[in-house]
Amino acid sequence: MSKPHHAPGDVRSKSLTDYLNDENVRAVLYQVVAIGLIILTSWYLVSNTLDNLEQQNISTGYSFLDLEASFEISESMIDYSAKSTYATALLVGLLNTIKVAFLGIILCTIIGIIFGVARLSSNWIVRKLATVYVETFRNIPVLLQLFFWYALIPNSFPHPRDALEPLPGVLLTSRGLYLPVPIADTAYTLMGIAAILALVAIYFVKKWAKKRQDATGEPFPMTAAGFGIFFGLVFIAYLLGGAPTEIDMPTLKGFNIRGGYNISPEFLALLIGLTVYTSTYVAEVVRSGIQAVPNGQWEAADSLGIKRSVALRKVILPQSMRVAIPPLTNQYLNLTKNSSLAVAVGYPDLVSVSNTTMNQTGQAIEAISIFMLIYLGLSLLTSLFMNWFNKKMALVER
Amino acid sequence: MTQPASSSPDASAFVAINKLTKKFGQKVAVNEVDLMLAKGETMAIIGPSAAGKSVLMKCLVGIYGADKGTIHLNGDDVTNSNAPTRPDWAEKIGMLFQQNALFDSLSVWENICFRQIELGTLNRKDARDRAIELLGLVGLAPESADLKPSDLSGGMQKRVGIARAISSDPEILLLDNPTAGLDPVLSNHIELMIAKIAEKRGTTVISITNDMHIARTRYQNLTMMYDGKVYWSGKTSEIDDAHNAHLTQMLDGSSQGPITMRTGKREDGVYA
Repeated sequence: MSKPHHAPGDVRSKSLTDYLNDENVRAVLYQVVAIGLIILTSWYLVSNTLDNLEQQNISTGYSFLDLEASFEISESMIDYSAKSTYATALLVGLLNTIKVAFLGIILCTIIGIIFGVARLSSNWIVRKLATVYVETFRNIPVLLQLFFWYALIPNSFPHPRDALEPLPGVLLTSRGLYLPVPIADTAYTLMGIAAILALVAIYFVKKWAKKRQDATGEPFPMTAAGFGIFFGLVFIAYLLGGAPTEIDMPTLKGFNIRGGYNISPEFLALLIGLTVYTSTYVAEVVRSGIQAVPNGQWEAADSLGIKRSVALRKVILPQSMRVAIPPLTNQYLNLTKNSSLAVAVGYPDLVSVSNTTMNQTGQAIEAISIFMLIYLGLSLLTSLFMNWFNKKMALVER
Repeated sequence: MTQPASSSPDASAFVAINKLTKKFGQKVAVNEVDLMLAKGETMAIIGPSAAGKSVLMKCLVGIYGADKGTIHLNGDDVTNSNAPTRPDWAEKIGMLFQQNALFDSLSVWENICFRQIELGTLNRKDARDRAIELLGLVGLAPESADLKPSDLSGGMQKRVGIARAISSDPEILLLDNPTAGLDPVLSNHIELMIAKIAEKRGTTVISITNDMHIARTRYQNLTMMYDGKVYWSGKTSEIDDAHNAHLTQMLDGSSQGPITMRTGKREDGVYA
């Protein structure tokens, strides 16, 4: 009886049902159960796989990457031969993926903006043509479009003997496009370095110009200065490198074309297919972005006697880009991921090279894990860049 | 005094709108509107929402073409010619939009002198100097020149809008609700500022407002629009208390429909 008295509710010990009805307890409980299920499932799958692999005498691990690949890759941006390692082969595939995705993103943006604007044109024919383009290529599966372009190029362009020459030195044949290129020289490496240095310099000059304008109000001709710095530095590098002028021209030798830079039909088909398909989505994003800009902006420009084309460029498009950037990011990610369809037209992208690697080594899990990680990485990098860009462009409302 | 407003349009009027009709599909936004204003005079247009005030103003500035009727400015027929195709008049008319319609993609000074930059009448340096001078005129510090419109408060945006409207020294200044959304003190300040600027330059001002008091005290002429038509037009000095009460009732919706049509006409034939 020495204990102090409590109200009945206070001393009553909590029963199990009380605990289960407590929101906090429940939240923790659900999480524990969910994580437990995930761990159990993964453990089951992994141990099963390991058992199966052991039964088939396949060793696990990434040591195969150092072995000789012993297969050829039709096009590569770096030195590669059948004697190179699997790691090099995968790198070749990755670079090919990046090449087609990078060019595809740039081209689909340009084409998409053109068709997005054209869909809102006051010219009936332009508007309808743009609509037909968008609705056609948007509604046919991209894989079929790749087959279409890949069938079109070798069949519609002439044999190398009768190559089309739309521009001097540029040859268009059923084996792809041949471009004249300058013969490799240290001067070009120097020019590359100069270009990077120029970009860094422009960044700092721009910062300085903004600071000065904030302080003194004096504007700085940044566009002119930027072009000057960039081309000036690159040109100086060119002169320092000895101003090489030799150019490797593609020419017909025997039955094929030698020299120059060859853009393969596979690459062309993939690039055109991805670009055309994605550009229709970009066009829709741009169109909706333009329509999201209040009509008053057009009217205000109108009332000042500004031409519509100028208003579009200076007033409407910059504002519509703000709305358009997040959906645009989606389209860029889609294009990058869709580039894995390269395997359908025989372009040696990452997935295609990984497939060959897988077939030769049997290291399916490792190969797939590598390209999944790489695609994840590429997508995250694209997202990061676009998020940064979005933040930069976003309107800060007061 | 009681004459139909549509009688002989007078070419001597600086702004002469004759039987102007503007439809959007089936809806008639502006219905046979006549309006005359002498050079250097000021006019307030009042009326409830959807009376066609803004549409009329946009026809004047050249954003909308007309379905019927004519607009003459200083004797020039500018009906159906949009602003970019009438460069001389585009320069002579400045307009402040209801929502300001400042260009968010451009800095404040580029907004003010956008026209001059794009048409090449001023180089960027001079345009910036001009913009800063105009900023001073509307009571903003030079520092705001390099900000973006979205960095400014509502009242400051309104001032930038006015600076843009007067950047080409227009002969006609059109103001669509210059004081909408501002507190009474600031409204009064903005109205005073506009009056001062207009008086100094001899600008002809047409202003849409919802405030009967401001319309009566700050403007020489008043036009009341109702359902796309001119309901009353005359000198503000002619408005007596009874009339004021009636017009105010029309404005706030407590009285429906026209009771008596009345148009003020001056000796020189210019409706006002």
